[in-house]
Amino acid sequence: MNETHWRVTFEIFRQKTGQPCHFDEYVMDVDPDEYVLDVVERIWAYNDRSLTFRHACHHSTCGACGMRVNSVEKLSCITPIREVARNGGKVRVEPLRNFPVLSDLVVDMGAFYLRLDDAKFSQVASLKDACLPFERKQQVREDGSYERLVDCLECGMCISACPVALTTPEYLGPGVLAAAQHAFHQSRDTSLLDLVDDQDGVWRCHSAYECTAVCPSNVDPGWRIMDLRKNILRHQISKIFSRRGQSR
Amino acid sequence: MKNEPNSTNFLRWFDPRNRKLGTLAFILNRITALGLTLYLFMHLIVLGTLARGPEAYDSFIKLAKTPAILVGETLVIAAGIIHGLNGIRIALNSFGIGTRHQRLIFIGLMVVAAGCIAIFVKSMFFSH
Ligand code: SF4
Ligand code: FES
Repeated sequence: MNETHWRVTFEIFRQKTGQPCHFDEYVMDVDPDEYVLDVVERIWAYNDRSLTFRHACHHSTCGACGMRVNSVEKLSCITPIREVARNGGKVRVEPLRNFPVLSDLVVDMGAFYLRLDDAKFSQVASLKDACLPFERKQQVREDGSYERLVDCLECGMCISACPVALTTPEYLGPGVLAAAQHAFHQSRDTSLLDLVDDQDGVWRCHSAYECTAVCPSNVDPGWRIMDLRKNILRHQISKIFSRRGQSR
Repeated sequence: MKNEPNSTNFLRWFDPRNRKLGTLAFILNRITALGLTLYLFMHLIVLGTLARGPEAYDSFIKLAKTPAILVGETLVIAAGIIHGLNGIRIALNSFGIGTRHQRLIFIGLMVVAAGCIAIFVKSMFFSH
């Protein structure tokens, strides 16, 4: 085995609906610079056609290939083997946490997508609004005529990494709260603050910031949750003062 | 394996493997909160026994000077300091202050906590 040819054992989580789960092992000859998803695809193509997993773009745009690689949430299409294994070692691949498993590495993200709709998630934003406020803005045009896809890939990895989401199915979760923050930032629609000002909204977060650590796309959900809290407090205080002003 | 969120998963909160510093802060906050709650109940029970008269009071004072209780008291003080200082980080973040530097703030506050705990331990065990 040389530097471009490693032998790595892939332990892949397997579970079909209603059946108990187990891990299947596949010993694979790999190039350390290829990606985890490439090898999972090869396992499907040459070893086991019943293996199911999700992917589409192969270049970190669609967010479909989120999995846990050695227990850490990764976009498998951009995770090189070299980063997660060594020659002769093992790589464990599991589905995202905190979502029901449909089949093997495929989880049901339906509830997450519906919540994103409730949070008025928009897939495009003007260049000015697409990034985080503290980032350097890209080619801003005064008339706001340029738009781009927002950073969030809807991959669900932040929800998988969140320790609070482990125990609370009702928790909206970091990805949804980040979407609400982004929508609020764009529209100043205070109904979004009402949506997230709830024990299962921003106040459920316990500041572990695992969401920010695993997010592959610079959304920084942890920062956005805290920004929502700040805006909720500001909104409540301004409501108190406007009520006082009216009663005079 | 239950992959869905479920309240019975709470033991997995305390698993620090492959987690970042923020989860360590989360775990510390949970453990110290549970410890302080337990202490509160024990404290109330002890106060109840003191009301039984001077003998009960004297025997409690004797017990309170035993090394096991002194170590227990130190743990309570340490839990209070860690929980309180970590709470300051969370409160600041919730007002939008220091969110992007929460790791550094946590490390700084824990250094302060370690200093305070060391001073307390010195005065408790070594200043006679
Ligand atoms: S916030 Fe980041 S981790 Fe969460 S769904 Fe969006 S891209 Fe994925
Ligand atoms: S396959 Fe699209 S992000 Fe990985």
